[in-house]
Amino acid sequence: MAGTQRIARTLRGPRLSSWLVAVPVLIFLILPTLIIVPISFTPVDHLQFPPQSLSLRWYEELFQQAGWLDAALFSLKIALIVAPVATIVGGLGALAVVRGALPHASLVTGLLAAPLIVPAIIYAIAVLLFLGPLHLTGTLPGFVLAHAAIAVPYPYIVVSAALYRYDADLDLAAMSCGASRLRTLWHVTLPNIAASVFTGLLLAFLTSFDDATISFFISSVSEESLPRKMFDNIEFAISPVLAAVATLLTLVTLCGVGLAIGVQVVSSRRRRVRITEEVEMA
Amino acid sequence: MAAAQAGRGSRSARVYGPSLTAVCLAPMTVLLGVLFYLPVGAFLARSFLVDGFSTDVYADLASRPIFLLIFLRTFRTGIIVTLVALVLAYPLAYAMARARPIVAGVATAIVLLPLWTSVLVRSYAWTVLLDDRGVINDILVGSGLLHAPLRILYTETAVWIGMVHILLPLMVLPIYSALRAIPTDLPQAASGLGASPRAVLRHVVLPLSLPGVFAGVVIVFISALGFFVTPAILGGPKTLMISTLITQQATSLLDWPVASAIALVLLVITMAIVMAVGRSLSIERLLSI
Repeated sequence: MAGTQRIARTLRGPRLSSWLVAVPVLIFLILPTLIIVPISFTPVDHLQFPPQSLSLRWYEELFQQAGWLDAALFSLKIALIVAPVATIVGGLGALAVVRGALPHASLVTGLLAAPLIVPAIIYAIAVLLFLGPLHLTGTLPGFVLAHAAIAVPYPYIVVSAALYRYDADLDLAAMSCGASRLRTLWHVTLPNIAASVFTGLLLAFLTSFDDATISFFISSVSEESLPRKMFDNIEFAISPVLAAVATLLTLVTLCGVGLAIGVQVVSSRRRRVRITEEVEMA
Repeated sequence: MAAAQAGRGSRSARVYGPSLTAVCLAPMTVLLGVLFYLPVGAFLARSFLVDGFSTDVYADLASRPIFLLIFLRTFRTGIIVTLVALVLAYPLAYAMARARPIVAGVATAIVLLPLWTSVLVRSYAWTVLLDDRGVINDILVGSGLLHAPLRILYTETAVWIGMVHILLPLMVLPIYSALRAIPTDLPQAASGLGASPRAVLRHVVLPLSLPGVFAGVVIVFISALGFFVTPAILGGPKTLMISTLITQQATSLLDWPVASAIALVLLVITMAIVMAVGRSLSIERLLSI
């Protein structure tokens, strides 16, 4: 933060003119998502902006109409299984890559992060072909398996970044005091990188919960995720009920991003306090 | 003696032995191997497996002009979206890098929120805005500026707008992080030596921020090439892109070899771009961690 302030003073250049572009761009980024919110409270059955009066009609509809709640719970169930699994598996992978003496480390890193770069459409069709013969399309295990593969790189990357920053001498100190490796990991390393592990968990959750491309292919008529049901409804009708769904989804994201930023801020503040103490002690 | 012990101790605490490394790496290797590499490999192999091994599908692909047209359209869309995103992102990232921490924090949150909002929600929002009877046309026609509503939805323009909106954060974040990483004394020294603010921007700040620009351009371009949801929702029949073409071949025509061949071409292009820029692409930077 202090660094930013110094840059702010030294990056000379057209300051006002950059904001003349920046503010409209920020509005462009945020507005489409926000415009959904008032529309979802309209009492009429077409999209109206601004709404003439407010009602919860479409939220009631949402809970009464068959399918929405089921789809939401189905998506939630998938994401709640995928997020911890991806975090544990990805976190262990990060430990191996950062701490382990791996030959061809950069190749391994690339292979582990590949699902982020391979176009989602390719994986979606590939996984459809893969799950089909196993009779797993449109099932909870099928979704979990498909989502685990695309979610796992996020905790892996976030945790390995944290491990690179982490001072491994702390582990050394713990182990020379007689702590086992597992105890050291659990009581020393993990508390220090907890914020990043949590961020990884959130990113894995959102990756699964928001996935539309893979869901589009592996949903069935009876078992479909929330994004798939939205997809179908966008194509067939523009009803305010979708605005209500979108508002709720945005709320979920807002909470997630807010939590992640909050945890990062708190942990970086703690880190700074610790560094200040160390400096004062020295 | 003590030093040697400490040395050995530090090695074992910081560095995992081969067996521990293998144990830690195993779950992720198995997970990605079985659930990612195996399915993707099997799908891509289909293009070569038509009555035994053959590459006929690729000859077939090259002989159909409509496929070339769709590839070119996808590339053009990717280039347009990347350029527009760059032009919008740079001033924003620049303003953020110069802002007070609190302002920069708010701006970062505004950039991050859409990044993690469902692509579907954002695409839907654009249908609401751009529809013939949507919010934008309501305002334009209602205020008398236009007599008839603009037809934007289901055109290429709608796809461009939606894609720029969705990919913009991926351009802003790496540029912002590159601008923040510029050592503060460089622009200071330049202006101390009499460079005008404009000259500092042009000859010091801009060149030093190029790695971020580079990372943003690459990630936005390769993401744009593989976009599926947004073109499917905001585009129409005339805006078919590679991803929608693969889907059509696979699910409607059940022509798996052709779908697989197109997918392989898309993957090879994507990978070639990523390999070409190699190390300058930092994924941490993209996730703004």
